[in-house]
Amino acid sequence: MLRGVSMDVTAGQVVHVAGSNGVGKTTLLRVLAGLLTAEQGGVNWQGRPITTNFDSYAATLAYLGHSDGLKADFSARENLSHQVGLRRPVTSSEIDDALTRAGLEDCRDLPARVLSAGQHRRLAMARVMLTTAPLWILDEPFTNLDHAGIQLLSGVIAGHIDSGGAAVIAAHQPPVIPRHTVNCLNLA
Amino acid sequence: MQTSLTQAMALIYRGDLVLAFRRWEQIAQPVVFFTMVTTLVPLALSPELSELREIAGGVLWIAALLAALLGLEFMYRADHADGTLEQMLLSGQPLAWLVLAKTAAHWTASGLPLVLISPLLAISLGVPSDALCVLMTSLALGTGILSALGAIGAALTLGLRRGSVLLSLLVLPLAMPALIFGARGVDMAIHGEVARGPLLLLGAMFVLSLTLSPLAVSAALRISQE
Amino acid sequence: MNWTWFHKLASPPHFYRLAGRMTPWFGWPAFLLIVVGLYGGLVLAPPDYQQGDAFRIVYVHAPSAWMSMFIYATLAVSAAIGLIWRIKLAHAVAAAAAPIGAWFTCAALATGSIWGKPMWGTWWVWDARLTSELILLFLYLGFIALRASIDDRERADRACAVLAIVGVINLPIIHYSVDWWNTLHQGSTITKLGKPSMTFDMLWPLLTMILGFTLYFGAVLLTRLRGEVIRRERDASWLREELAR
Repeated sequence: MLRGVSMDVTAGQVVHVAGSNGVGKTTLLRVLAGLLTAEQGGVNWQGRPITTNFDSYAATLAYLGHSDGLKADFSARENLSHQVGLRRPVTSSEIDDALTRAGLEDCRDLPARVLSAGQHRRLAMARVMLTTAPLWILDEPFTNLDHAGIQLLSGVIAGHIDSGGAAVIAAHQPPVIPRHTVNCLNLA
Repeated sequence: MQTSLTQAMALIYRGDLVLAFRRWEQIAQPVVFFTMVTTLVPLALSPELSELREIAGGVLWIAALLAALLGLEFMYRADHADGTLEQMLLSGQPLAWLVLAKTAAHWTASGLPLVLISPLLAISLGVPSDALCVLMTSLALGTGILSALGAIGAALTLGLRRGSVLLSLLVLPLAMPALIFGARGVDMAIHGEVARGPLLLLGAMFVLSLTLSPLAVSAALRISQE
Repeated sequence: MNWTWFHKLASPPHFYRLAGRMTPWFGWPAFLLIVVGLYGGLVLAPPDYQQGDAFRIVYVHAPSAWMSMFIYATLAVSAAIGLIWRIKLAHAVAAAAAPIGAWFTCAALATGSIWGKPMWGTWWVWDARLTSELILLFLYLGFIALRASIDDRERADRACAVLAIVGVINLPIIHYSVDWWNTLHQGSTITKLGKPSMTFDMLWPLLTMILGFTLYFGAVLLTRLRGEVIRRERDASWLREELAR
């Protein structure tokens, strides 16, 4: 399916993976996240293949796939404390801050299944934000978001890059990240 | 700073239990099934307690096994569908240990209720009360073995259509040794013999399955996400 | 050590040609050995003093049972190789061997049943060996069913490999448990399908049959493997050239 793709990502970079439906954007992102193994070639992190110590590589990245990675029966707050808590100890004030920043302060204790698709996506973004991982791998993060949501997300990504992180984003439209230029990798 | 492994395991164990109890119909299903199957036997065979007592060991074990099998379906299905499974793979924690925590949570929500209700059902089949302790111990170990082995089947058949039928085909042959020794142990206890041998063997199988199954399950989970 | 010969073997085009050349070397000797073995067992060997002529079915039953277990072990080993070293051909071996093993298991069960009828009057008996063979059949069927249920071939290969490894670890446990269960409930009567003590006259046809069956397995496996290779390498250019020849 995907052939001859090569890319480098360094701190402070935003890479936009572009291409039409079915060309392999999701596959590429999953290979980067280590969920999929390439038949030929591989992924190196800081000079070493990710397979040598996968868990320590996984701890440095936050992945947002097509499904939001949230439990329908947990409240917004429980979701964050559970999902982020697996990776790093997180306090309830951090969770509350993240929820406010994501515009979800009214939905704190509502089960995730009653949230709208847009709110669900914002909650997923809050999760990514809270993990404080240096590398963000985001697959179509702007889906289901309204204009305000898109602005919010772009701001969040910009903040992440400001603090030295990196992001690889698969999207149909080129994302506009304030204060940063976006490098484009076209898979067409 | 990363969460310690024990904290992560505790989070998974508690989280899964909370989720299970929020959908308590899922916990009730295996228990109801266990009860109904045990009721079928006197209806099909005979109401004579003396006859029922002879086959009680086998009947209780088979019914418990099938009921536990019912509870296996839900093991990774929801996590796979909502994307939390891939997050677990990417959590940076060693997957086999997280799987162990999940298996333990599954047993607590699915196997333990069966163990707790078994004395009632055993009495209805004429089992003498001094055999109940052996019964509960053997079922506790047996349902534990089934949670461990069944997790392998659940992980392998993730996301497949009619995966539940395939799951039974995969898991039941592996569970047969436990059935042989478990039912035999209960039988011995019913007839007043000391059931130490079968119980020890059951215990050995339990330890073996608990140690090896998380490895197979993690391999299967990673494969299912590819 | 120079591993190039191994990598060459694992490369589909080389293997395809090699397998094609090797098949007759397995097939014809297999045919010969089976004919000789059958003649030796069914005609030449003396009848058993206890079971008479009925025991002659052992010349098909025992080799089939042996093959069913040998093939499962082969299947598990090649699936493990495929899983650990990511060699696609090893997965193809496991996939090709499974139905052959399942059929040998059925043959063992059928001949065991046929053996039981004249001896003990029933078509089925919960003998330790037959029960083990039955459970082995379930293991094979599970393997084949899992492979059939997964559409993505890579995922199917790797899932089946995990299943095969789990199965092969469980196999001794199952075998021992069934053995124990059997001695518990029946008396000496059920070790009836055990092999009677054998003189050399009886032994050599048995060994010949086992060898013949093994070579037969080799021939069928190579043929099925070539089919697997074609199926997996459907779009490859080397295949088009090869078939054009």
